[in-house]
Amino acid sequence: MKESTGSPREGDAEAIELTLAGDPDAYRVLVERHSVSVFRLAYRLTGNRHDAEEVVQEAFLRAYQKLEQFEARANFGTWVYRIAANHSIDRMRQKRTEEARREEPSRRVSEGAETNPMELVADHAPSPERLAQNTELKGQIERAMDTLSQAERTAFVMRHWEGCGIEEIAEALNSGASATKNTVFRAVQKLRNLLAPLVRQPAEARTMGTPS
Amino acid sequence: MKHLSEEELIGYRENEAMENTVIAEHLRECADCRAEFTRLDAELTAVFAALDTLEVPEPGRGYGQRVWNELAPRLKPLRDPANRLSERVAWWQGWFAPRRLAAFAAVAALAVLAFLAGRGTKHEATPEAVSGVTMREKVLLLAVGEHLGRSEMMLTELSNTEAKHGAARLIDISAEQKRAEDLLAENRLYRETALEQSDGRIANVLDDLERVLMDVAHSPDEVTGVQLGTMRQRIAADGILFKLRVVGADLEERQRTTPAESDKLQNDRKKV
Repeated sequence: MKESTGSPREGDAEAIELTLAGDPDAYRVLVERHSVSVFRLAYRLTGNRHDAEEVVQEAFLRAYQKLEQFEARANFGTWVYRIAANHSIDRMRQKRTEEARREEPSRRVSEGAETNPMELVADHAPSPERLAQNTELKGQIERAMDTLSQAERTAFVMRHWEGCGIEEIAEALNSGASATKNTVFRAVQKLRNLLAPLVRQPAEARTMGTPS
Repeated sequence: MKHLSEEELIGYRENEAMENTVIAEHLRECADCRAEFTRLDAELTAVFAALDTLEVPEPGRGYGQRVWNELAPRLKPLRDPANRLSERVAWWQGWFAPRRLAAFAAVAALAVLAFLAGRGTKHEATPEAVSGVTMREKVLLLAVGEHLGRSEMMLTELSNTEAKHGAARLIDISAEQKRAEDLLAENRLYRETALEQSDGRIANVLDDLERVLMDVAHSPDEVTGVQLGTMRQRIAADGILFKLRVVGADLEERQRTTPAESDKLQNDRKKV
């Protein structure tokens, strides 16, 4: 986790002690210090601002309610992160179940044999910088992220954007280290299959089947 | 020579492969795997760079302050002895709250009624006579019909609760929350009974209802306008109000088919 691990842990410990002693205002320090990084994580996991803000609120509320279970030697930032990741998983799982009931399965971006990555390849494969300017391609990147299961998405986000270790991710997923490694692998593999054709150099893209 | 799999190469790149040194050695010796790894590494570097272009909006200056402003009213002191004592009292009082006692009484009455109905019908001799099991089904229909009506009313009221003071102000939904708790206890009993009687349609709608009731019962006493909006959306998304109306109307229809029995049940209920 990039930001929280760099936060002054002594300040966190003092705020936790005061909060546990019955001063809820002391919790403000922890909220103000960690809320932006928790928001970023929640946004990457949920994919929208509204859900992300709800997750932030709920994560800090749950952390407060469980503060007596928090081990003093642990890192509060990591702990609230894990709570936020868990809550994001629950929230998105619930949302997906609701959506699945309403939507036709065909509307979802399919995986595996049904998806031909070459269909996503543009005529002139753009650089990552140009991709950013292209709304349609950004949509394709977002859809690629949407093909990940909630566990895969969480594992990938925590690993690649937040720099979390396998054990930390495993705790958030309530899973073993070996299973978590597999989850990370599956996420990377899916994203590679879907996005590599988009980011290949034009020459390579041509050799992949575009007639010269 | 056995070549390395994609999983091993990705694991190696992630520095999480089980046998990192063995893989490194293999890559030194095997030109094919080395070429494959170089290709994979270049592709993943480009893929991750593309993924990095997905923007995370800045939550804005003073975001932490905003989070705190919304959160602070929901926090109770953790080690305030008076607060703990009052919580303990509230916990005990909860079991004896009139509404909860009424719910328990209703459930107990249903059990007694079902027993009496079953026993009373055993002595009826004609083959077409309603059996004890059938009577129990009728009792269930009647009780579930009323339960669905009460649930529908509570959810409709919750859906119509207005956030009068904007998204940041808290809205007290403690009354609806308590009603949802009581309805949840009844709902579980009815759902189990419906399953025992293989009435899948009723069991399904009670299952859907249980999720919504649980959501409301487990929500905080006070919610923000945004949170209330989310709850409303969930209620609407499940289409639960529509299902309740449809099944409620169906139950009424099924009861109407045997009015005499229904009247008898109503009388029995009154006695109980």
